[in-house]
Amino acid sequence: MSAGFYYGTEVFLNGLMTGVLYSLVALGFVLIFKSSGIFNYAQGVMALFAALTLVGLQDGQVPFAHLINSIFGTQVHHFGWHLPALLAILLTAGVMVVLAILVERYILRHLVNQPDIILFMATIGLAYFMEGFGDLMWGSEIKKLDVGIPQGGNLWIEENTAFLGGDDFYGFYLDSLDIVAAVFAGLLVLSLVLFSQYTKTGRALRAVADDHQAALSVGISLRFIWVVVWSIAGFIALVAGIMWGSKSGVQFSLSLIALKALPVLMLGGFTSIPGAIVGGLIIGVGEKMFEFLIGAPFLGGATENWFAYMLALIFLVFRPQGLFGDKIIERV
Amino acid sequence: MTMAETYQTPDGRTIGGQVMEMKNITLRFGGVKAITDISFDIREGEIRAIIGPNGAGKSSMLNVMNGFYHPQEGEVWFHGKKRGPMKPHQIAKQGIARTFQNIALFSGMSTLDNIMTGRLTHMKTGILKQAMWWGPAEKEETENREVVEKVIDFLEIQSIRKTPVGRLPYGLQKRVELGRALAAEPKLLLLDEPMAGMNVEEKEDMSRFILDVNDEFGTTIALIEHDMGVVMDIADRVVVMDYGKKIGDGSPDEVRNNQDVIDAYLGVAHD
Repeated sequence: MSAGFYYGTEVFLNGLMTGVLYSLVALGFVLIFKSSGIFNYAQGVMALFAALTLVGLQDGQVPFAHLINSIFGTQVHHFGWHLPALLAILLTAGVMVVLAILVERYILRHLVNQPDIILFMATIGLAYFMEGFGDLMWGSEIKKLDVGIPQGGNLWIEENTAFLGGDDFYGFYLDSLDIVAAVFAGLLVLSLVLFSQYTKTGRALRAVADDHQAALSVGISLRFIWVVVWSIAGFIALVAGIMWGSKSGVQFSLSLIALKALPVLMLGGFTSIPGAIVGGLIIGVGEKMFEFLIGAPFLGGATENWFAYMLALIFLVFRPQGLFGDKIIERV
Repeated sequence: MTMAETYQTPDGRTIGGQVMEMKNITLRFGGVKAITDISFDIREGEIRAIIGPNGAGKSSMLNVMNGFYHPQEGEVWFHGKKRGPMKPHQIAKQGIARTFQNIALFSGMSTLDNIMTGRLTHMKTGILKQAMWWGPAEKEETENREVVEKVIDFLEIQSIRKTPVGRLPYGLQKRVELGRALAAEPKLLLLDEPMAGMNVEEKEDMSRFILDVNDEFGTTIALIEHDMGVVMDIADRVVVMDYGKKIGDGSPDEVRNNQDVIDAYLGVAHD
């Protein structure tokens, strides 16, 4: 086997890992879209907000420190403690639940029965509000997020795959962080599926996704379900925030991962959980392989930035409902 | 029409006191009056029909009963208590289940899961315990599953338990919807045109199920129906509506001989 083949395989595997992270972000979108028909533009900012909150809690940062200092002329910045990662993650999850309750109370409740586009606009507003609010609360400098996930090349995999090739092959290089992220994303998806299939709230969740009126008639409170859905989307944002944040630092460009989720959704379909996962993997692998096989040798590289959108565009033309989405049928 | 606390039906069942009473209900949509000053009651164990021509306000009446609409005037009394402003899901928890004129099932879910949603009002474990599939949550699932299996047996739909309801034929979907309402073991069951769009055979099946539900579980039923023949066969008492007003109320025989009702249904001669 040639060295190119091994390198290609490595690129493929790395693409899968990146794809899992895309899936994770897309999953948050699908959940909210399915149950309430809202395209939540704020999903990416939620990931950013979760990561910011996590870092802030972990390092014992004083929230709104800048604001407090400039009003009262004080110099507070840190509480002086350092929380264990697990505790900080649990607290952040709590913050995401509070956020879900606030979103239901102050946005969704007032916009019931409004056209979808109005709700979409509201989530754009929410996205910018949260971006500014996160900035005000935790400051805008780039932060390092470390919750104890190992980083760098995984030696075990390198050593145990080295025998596959000749003397000049040292094994596949895979980042440990990516592997952890993939495992967590897999667990998250599995638990979500089990929750929605085998618990009463999961059943209620699917019921609301299907028919609001019928759901009401069997005693399901829409408000409660919306809080649950936004909380779950918040947890997913938290996981995505942790993974991306650990990888490239917590900074405002984190909110832009939402844009990468868009082509994933177009590929997988807006209403399908398996679609979000498969779509993410296809985009992740596709953009890496395209860069490796065509982009770098023939197009001068940097194709990763636009490949996903190209693919989505082609899909829109030939299969607008995505791979797994509900078929769009308009009866006349 | 005044009535004693209880009365006997011709087939020998004893009908009890009031389950629900509608007092002077008026419902408006903007300037349009859908229901004008209507009063009637539903008694324990009876099959009460609401009939009337298209646009008479029957469905609106049902929507008032289960809280989708809130009337501008009038009061709804349920089990001897005046009902305050309540949300439909709270009313469902009080024991009022319903079906819809245009089937409203959860089409992506299986027959079993659809009927399981009918048990939601009986399930109490908190969301955290469910998420961990903790002892009580699992026990609760199993107990409620048993009730659902009984409903499935009763409606003779064992063969489609795992089928997504979106794929079922119309008649069966109607039956699953009835099953979902029955699973709630309601104190009052509201049926919005349970036989609409069915052929004669399906209508006979559905009539039989409605009678059996009433007979075996003693469920109080209020139903809307177009088909006069069916109504006269299964209802104990009938309210007749026309243009949002009540024009008749009584046993099928009384209603059949009511001149206003005959006029509304057959039209009045203009010569």
